[in-house]
Amino acid sequence: MRYLPLSDADRSEMLRVVGATNIDALFKDVPAEARLQGPIHGLPPHASELAVERHMAALSRKNMVAGDVPFFLGCGAYRHHVPASVDHIIQRGEFLTSYTPYQPEIAQGTLQMMFEFQTQVARLFGCEVANASMYDGSTAMWEAISMAHRITRRKKSVISSGVHPHYVRVAETMAKFTEDALATALPELTAEPDTERLIGKIDGETSAVVVQYPDILGRITDLTPIAEAAHAAGALLIAVVTEPVALGLIRSPGEMGADIVVGEGQSIGVGLQFGGPYVGLLACREKHVRQMPGRLAGETVDAEGKRGFVLTLSTREQHIRREKATSNICTSSVLCALAFTAHLTLLGERGLRQLAQLNHARACEAATRLAAIPGVELVNDSFFNEFTLKLPVEARPAVHAMVEKGVLGGVSLGRLYPGADALKNGLVVAVTETVTDADIGAFEAALKEAVR
Amino acid sequence: MTVNPSGWRPTTPANEAGEAQTVTGNRALMLEEPLIFEIGTTEQTGVDFAESPKGASKLGGLERSRPIGLPGLSEPEMVRHYTRLSRQNYAIDLGLFPLGSCTMKHNPRLNEKVARLPGFADVHPLQPQETVQGALEVINQLAFWLLDLTGMHGVAMSPKAGAHGELCGLLCIRAALEARGDKRAVVLVPESAHGTNPATAAFAGYAVENIPANAAGRVDLDALKARLGPDVAAVMITNPNTCGLFEPDMKAISDAVHAAGAFVYCDGANFNAIVGKVRPGDLGIDAMHINLHKTFSTPHGGGGPGSGPVVLSEALAPYGPLPYAAKYPDGTFKIVEEETAAEEHPGGFGRMVAFHGQMGMFTRALTYILSHGADGLKQVAEDSVLNANYILRSLEDVLDAPFGKSGPCMHEAIFSDKGFGDGLSTIDLAKALIDEGFHPMTMYFPLVVHGAMLIEPTETESKASLDQFIAAVRSIAQRAKAGDQSLKAAPVHAPRRRLDETLAARKPVLTYREPEAAAAAE
Repeated sequence: MRYLPLSDADRSEMLRVVGATNIDALFKDVPAEARLQGPIHGLPPHASELAVERHMAALSRKNMVAGDVPFFLGCGAYRHHVPASVDHIIQRGEFLTSYTPYQPEIAQGTLQMMFEFQTQVARLFGCEVANASMYDGSTAMWEAISMAHRITRRKKSVISSGVHPHYVRVAETMAKFTEDALATALPELTAEPDTERLIGKIDGETSAVVVQYPDILGRITDLTPIAEAAHAAGALLIAVVTEPVALGLIRSPGEMGADIVVGEGQSIGVGLQFGGPYVGLLACREKHVRQMPGRLAGETVDAEGKRGFVLTLSTREQHIRREKATSNICTSSVLCALAFTAHLTLLGERGLRQLAQLNHARACEAATRLAAIPGVELVNDSFFNEFTLKLPVEARPAVHAMVEKGVLGGVSLGRLYPGADALKNGLVVAVTETVTDADIGAFEAALKEAVR
Repeated sequence: MTVNPSGWRPTTPANEAGEAQTVTGNRALMLEEPLIFEIGTTEQTGVDFAESPKGASKLGGLERSRPIGLPGLSEPEMVRHYTRLSRQNYAIDLGLFPLGSCTMKHNPRLNEKVARLPGFADVHPLQPQETVQGALEVINQLAFWLLDLTGMHGVAMSPKAGAHGELCGLLCIRAALEARGDKRAVVLVPESAHGTNPATAAFAGYAVENIPANAAGRVDLDALKARLGPDVAAVMITNPNTCGLFEPDMKAISDAVHAAGAFVYCDGANFNAIVGKVRPGDLGIDAMHINLHKTFSTPHGGGGPGSGPVVLSEALAPYGPLPYAAKYPDGTFKIVEEETAAEEHPGGFGRMVAFHGQMGMFTRALTYILSHGADGLKQVAEDSVLNANYILRSLEDVLDAPFGKSGPCMHEAIFSDKGFGDGLSTIDLAKALIDEGFHPMTMYFPLVVHGAMLIEPTETESKASLDQFIAAVRSIAQRAKAGDQSLKAAPVHAPRRRLDETLAARKPVLTYREPEAAAAAE
């Protein structure tokens, strides 16, 4: 067995040292009636690397690979080109096979990377501080709501209808148990988001207003009036960013008054991977840092006065505070944070801006061409790299019909909002730099046929 | 933004008398590395893009007007930056990493190769289901193994890490109680539990009460029984526990908890010790998370991502979260989500994460499981327990082993700093181990042992590696007992000496500020 270094001779010698007659003597605390005799039944024995690779490769071939076909899916996960050097870096054994930097003297690589990541995220979001990652965007959003609850000591949050429905579901699951009240609504297929409704819902008991930017339909809203209304009522504004590449081109939520900004970092450096692992981003104002969840790296000096980094403000965390911690999170998503920070460092501000411009230009072009199909309407006035089409037919069967033509043509709102009749003709289309002219052409042809 | 064109220059004097100072601050292969903000510029980039066609802007008038302040590096600079940083990290690939309760075992590279196959890595979570049958089959095959290895009834695959799995388990318990109209408010947690247990219970809206350990390092069964009552929703037990001991009364604990109408949650962080040897389902456990990044070798990555599937008993399985992958009689797979939940999974407590869980970890874990097979996994448990006992018996004459007399340990051995000389404690031994080329053990945990040192070698260490580690610990332990004050200065050979954590917490500097901005803020 290739992962086990002990030989039978080693085992015998070690058993002698520990004074056990056989290995089962070491399991004597396990009640005899519960102890299994021999390997578990019904499961195969060990296999060679070749055999395992063959088995797994066969399974992988049963999936349609995004990169093999014209591909236009988004809604919280985006397909961008990740430079080869990023994957090389995250496969360095010193990053891949290390753990939470509890011993800072021999974990400066991870700690410095976390500090750089925190700074990049804070700047991108227009906030003062950021933590060193959450599991993903959806869990980060709940953490932000619960953080706002601790800050304002109020338990009511107003969630915009433009927030990703899965994120809303996650918040609803948690709120049932913490007895927070969440005001939610379904989106409408209109160019204007629900800013006025949202502002109308804010009252003196509101803890937080939660807005996605750009929203689930791809619309871009000025957050300033929402922030003003929230602050006037003593509430916080939480902004949710599922496509951080957009912030290369549009104003940051922090700049518009958001108090907490959370996001899904997948689109920078991390691949699609069928939904995980991804990386949650969370940034806020410095004055709220002690209510933040998760790991934080901070700068300090060592005994010789050299600059170094440590995990800090740990009195917020579960391993110190136990039931009084700000969150139960322990393991987060540091390797994905490394992919994010390495990709963003490779891009730099200039590269991020270029990438964002390229996405926007591609999306504008695709939107124009697709909206020219008879019966198909573009819902959005504003968008970054993702927009919503209103089809003359139900979108879900259209998506399946396009698969038959070898095109992965967007996410139907019927999938995201089952049972919502008013949304069933909506199709959300994401267009990134990976999309070619030929891809748009193939999509256009497949959609034309699907709506006929 | 401001750039420091010369990079960071350390201002440190030579650390030891006689050690030559270098101009760069580097010491041969030990290379200092500035922050990206000190070496990059906002104009530099390591990515080439095609010219973007000029067209109308549809950004709703919200174009960015201010610079962001993100430095860029060319590819060679970027690769060098992170490679240099990587070399300041200790890692399993470098040596023994005996962090108790973390199961720092070797991460097979086949796992990495498989996870990167385009059919797994380049698939979108919302692709139509007919295009992701292979992904769903992976989830289903892994689920099958996890169920068989644990003897449980159902499994929730979506939790993102161990603590998220704990949350999943408690939400199942809460949903099951509510379904029978029973509102209970308290979760009991042994004082030796991981901090995530009480934190999770609180996060799920429960009040937390501690139950004490007995002198043998086990849950005090009588104290537990005395506390059970109609207000107790669940008991969270870690088994093997954080003292590295199996709870021999587990079945009796489960029976007592069930008799009181409550549920047993098991923290599966230490499953590595018993995989293939005993099934939690045979011990009356209702829910247990499995850290795929511990027992099933997916990489720890400097602090995640993890993955925490939760196996569930027959009583709890109906309440598991959405979505999940189901296999139908015609051999096809389907994601059961909100749309059909009312018919297919009416009791489920809902969604706890946006998509389907840590697919990238599922492929790795399944690869590992198939590599080891049923016989190999059993050997994993046996070797991990043998290695830990070998350490226990090879050190108990020089280090206090508080439960050494209780019999064999499981996959980790616990010691204390009792008997250390003048002012020395666990941290000093730990830091001296760094100089010997080892990662220290878990320190000061569990809380039930004063100055605890929890050592988990895992099964992927050779006897030679263990012998070298034992020799190092023995030598340091003897120095500590003799009161050798030079231990206080350790480590001296690491990239950094001991770091001032008090300063970091008192004046938090959590982001980089350009020197002039930092000066202005003073």
